[in-house]
Amino acid sequence: MARELLKGNIAIAEAAIRSGLQAYFGYPITPQTELLERMALRMPQLGRIFLQAESELAAINMVYGAACAGVRVMTSSSGPGISLMQEGFSYIACSEVPVVVVDIMRGGPGLGNIQPSQADYNQLTKSAGHGDFRSIVLAPSSVQEAIDYTVLAFDLAEKYRTLVIVAGDGMIGQMMEPAELPPMHQPATARPNWALTGAQGRPKNIITSLFLGAEKLEKVNKRLQAKINRIKSEEVRYENGLTDDAEVLVVAFGSAGRIAKTAIRDARQRSIRAGLLRPITLFPFPSKPLDRLLTDTKNPHGVKAILVVEMSAGQMVEDVIRVVRGRVPIYFYGRSGGAVPLPDEILDQILTLAQHLDDTPRFNINHERELRKAA
Amino acid sequence: MMTMEQQLVEKVVYQRPESLSEVSTHYCPGCTHGLIHKLIGEVIDELGIRERTIAIAPVGCSVLLYNYFELDCAEAAHGRAPAMATGLKRVQPDKVVFTYQGDGDLASIGMAEIIWAATRGENITVFFINNAIYGMTGGQMAPTSLPGQVTGSSPMGRDVEMTGMPVRMAELLAGLPGASYVVRRSVYDIRTIKDAKKAIRTAFRVQLAGAGFSLIEFLSSCPTNWGLAPYEALGWIKENMVPYYPLGDYKVADIVKDLK
Repeated sequence: MARELLKGNIAIAEAAIRSGLQAYFGYPITPQTELLERMALRMPQLGRIFLQAESELAAINMVYGAACAGVRVMTSSSGPGISLMQEGFSYIACSEVPVVVVDIMRGGPGLGNIQPSQADYNQLTKSAGHGDFRSIVLAPSSVQEAIDYTVLAFDLAEKYRTLVIVAGDGMIGQMMEPAELPPMHQPATARPNWALTGAQGRPKNIITSLFLGAEKLEKVNKRLQAKINRIKSEEVRYENGLTDDAEVLVVAFGSAGRIAKTAIRDARQRSIRAGLLRPITLFPFPSKPLDRLLTDTKNPHGVKAILVVEMSAGQMVEDVIRVVRGRVPIYFYGRSGGAVPLPDEILDQILTLAQHLDDTPRFNINHERELRKAA
Repeated sequence: MMTMEQQLVEKVVYQRPESLSEVSTHYCPGCTHGLIHKLIGEVIDELGIRERTIAIAPVGCSVLLYNYFELDCAEAAHGRAPAMATGLKRVQPDKVVFTYQGDGDLASIGMAEIIWAATRGENITVFFINNAIYGMTGGQMAPTSLPGQVTGSSPMGRDVEMTGMPVRMAELLAGLPGASYVVRRSVYDIRTIKDAKKAIRTAFRVQLAGAGFSLIEFLSSCPTNWGLAPYEALGWIKENMVPYYPLGDYKVADIVKDLK
């Protein structure tokens, strides 16, 4: 397929359609509404199912119902709608049906605004709903990646029979870039043997998240945890660049990761050895890759400081702190409320902390404050 | 005159419907869930649709409905069954999809979902079990609890100044253009039981004909939380519920009339 100029939201919709999406249920919310509108146009054209639900709450339950039939189904929303869907996420994860959800994150909390944000990180990775479960979370940083990870999301959802969330921010949903769509795949006609297709010539199937009695439910939880452990060991994805000799490691995802690349290039031009670790799976978080970068004996200088950049007040930074275990000072730079950092802002952070690299003490909150004041 | 041998041959005149599982239910003695389950099971057998019918269980006393029917079943979140049914039916229009919901599930937390399923004319069937109380959680006030009715959350009797009047769902939904067959029945005596079974058959036939949204509101009893013996509870339906919730047909679209 040729490259074409595509808006992120449209590209995601088309990628899903070409992955054999059978049904889409959603609700308008900025900044992802174009995705819903594209589905409204294309799904009926292709004889597939589209319905604008009465709310996000209804939408996720329609998705749940269709997923019980064993077909590829998805919804999309932004923060306020995702919050409404969290009930459904928990049911979906516990009853182990494959579902794909796209969150095009916007400024929050509350009604917030419609500008880009990454502040749903905790909500999506730590607990997309009540109870013990984790969903796979994929974070694209370009329109092409949005396409590729939407395709991947359906494969992973079916492989693990779980919820997979594609987490873009408003910028990714709205921007237009050249990208290539995959060829068209029709929805599969075969259904998995667990699906609710009518008990013809077989015992009945039940799809439920209700397991009365602690023994039963503990077994279910152990199964879910075993699944999560398999996902952790097999599905980590990330990008790292200019890290062979990096002294300053920038950790950032999505649009922030992309913007950081420019800042790192500029820093290198000023002889600062900066590099980037860009998580692509926010869950499972690339803990081992981060750890390897810290302990890499082939790095002649060693990582001396980490700068975490997020479009939030600091959520992924907590995962970084957890993995680093105090071995290296961690600095944080964030913009909130829909503000998007410019490359120069990140460059300033790198330049400031680079001045103190050789005599930087172990992580010291007051030192961090001094650096921020100087920035 | 039959021979002794002929006289001694067993003739099965009634048996458990194939669509009902061979398990004992957990319902209270005198609960009308068991009776209504049986009627639904009989109709599914008579129509020969067991192998393509899918049930969606609610949150409420009938949360374990999936143990009692020999059907593919899904468990919905509280109130969301009509939305789940929408998704399931739209991707599998050749299947028969029904929800089975209590008065809290359908008329309280699920109010938006049921109104929208009816408004869109979803080609599903809804069995609405109205017993004017929240049974599973121990007897709190329901949207359909009667004025002055004493419940766990209306210990002084339902105060309609504070809570509004009870909601009549059959009338409400019948007013929506997408609804094709909306009726209210009960099961407190032989006559009403027979009428209820006929309505179940009509409702499924509406769905099989692709003729739109069908709903039956069953006035039901909850002996345990009403504090009445089972037979008295049936009488309570007739004396107290029927005057406020009259039995009858509230919407029978032309397309449904043609089915008859």
